[in-house]
Amino acid sequence: MTVVFQTAAFAPALITIVNECKQPSTIVKSLMNYIEPHGHMVSRTTDDYERMALAGCQAICEPAFWAGFDRASADGFYDYFRQITEYEPKRAARFGIKHFSWLCINPKEAEDTKLAEEVIGLIPQFIDKPGVLGIGEIGLNKNSRNELRIFEQHVQVAQDYDQLVLIHTPHLEDKLKGTRLIVDALKNFPKIKPERVIIDHVEEHTIDHVLDQGFWAGITLYPESKCTPNRAIDMLEHRHAERIWMNSACDWGISDPLAVPKTMQVMRQRGWTAEMIQRVAYENPVAFMGQSGKFHL
Amino acid sequence: MSDWTPPSTVNLVDLGFMDARSKLIDLAAFLDRVQRANQTDDFRVQALKNAIALLSLDQPTRAKEVLLSFSDPSTEPIEKATMQGAIGAYRG
Ligand SMILES: [Zn+2]
Repeated sequence: MTVVFQTAAFAPALITIVNECKQPSTIVKSLMNYIEPHGHMVSRTTDDYERMALAGCQAICEPAFWAGFDRASADGFYDYFRQITEYEPKRAARFGIKHFSWLCINPKEAEDTKLAEEVIGLIPQFIDKPGVLGIGEIGLNKNSRNELRIFEQHVQVAQDYDQLVLIHTPHLEDKLKGTRLIVDALKNFPKIKPERVIIDHVEEHTIDHVLDQGFWAGITLYPESKCTPNRAIDMLEHRHAERIWMNSACDWGISDPLAVPKTMQVMRQRGWTAEMIQRVAYENPVAFMGQSGKFHL
Repeated sequence: MSDWTPPSTVNLVDLGFMDARSKLIDLAAFLDRVQRANQTDDFRVQALKNAIALLSLDQPTRAKEVLLSFSDPSTEPIEKATMQGAIGAYRG
């Protein structure tokens, strides 16, 4: 069995080894499985789906976000919502991966409030689709008044339709202020329960504020601008891995769709038990997204 | 969710020393490079130097303190976003 613990990256070879040893393959699967709770697969190749499946990915959740450019009209978002709710699930299914999605207009495009309000108006017609988990990733980018207004309008939709909420926090020097503004704004929505909200892209200076208020926290493994595997594991150990998930946020930028299984490998090197690795990489995302009532694996 | 099993003790210095050493030398070389090019007046270089001073703190909260030192400390939303990206250090 020790071989099985070594690396997710060689999952197929290991499954072969274990099958030859007549071990039940279900044991291997339960040790290798992970969920990618935040991936922008519209920007990734079909090869990436295959590599993720080989590494043990069981499900990918795709928040609506910026596509690397500003869309010219709400029609662009209508097609984007069709893409993430109808087309990507089919692409993922070819590799045995379940695909789920979240809906919104992201804060980078929210400075144009007229466009943003039109896009918010599109959400109800998609919200009952089987793979839609909630409203996200909403949040702030440059911490402007318009971004905040559109953020609050999204939270209102989540409250009206009893949806889970996935929140993007700003980058780099803007993250601390944005996280505080977001947490404060959520306090104006008493029906939004903190345990039904995940605040993503936390780092060492924001994670305690998020978790101490009862929210879930997401750690993003993104080269340069967010978090490395070792820093993610430091934070997980510090907070005993409770109410935290980790994700690659793989998108159109320099990012790694295998960041989660690679971090699982570093956890092994750092003495984590297989059970605790599974808790972070699989059970925690299931616990949070299972609250949607639609997250069936 | 709260039944936390701590990891078994491993030699973290064995695991991380060479990587940390390499990053530190890269940082030193970066400061040399910008100094030779007379670009040390850039506010980002100053922000980096301020953050480096925090590495000598005694508490195991250095990563947090470094991140805080790069952060916008203000609390009110700005009127309008005039750019989409971030720089990595607060200009003040
Ligand atoms: Zn994202």
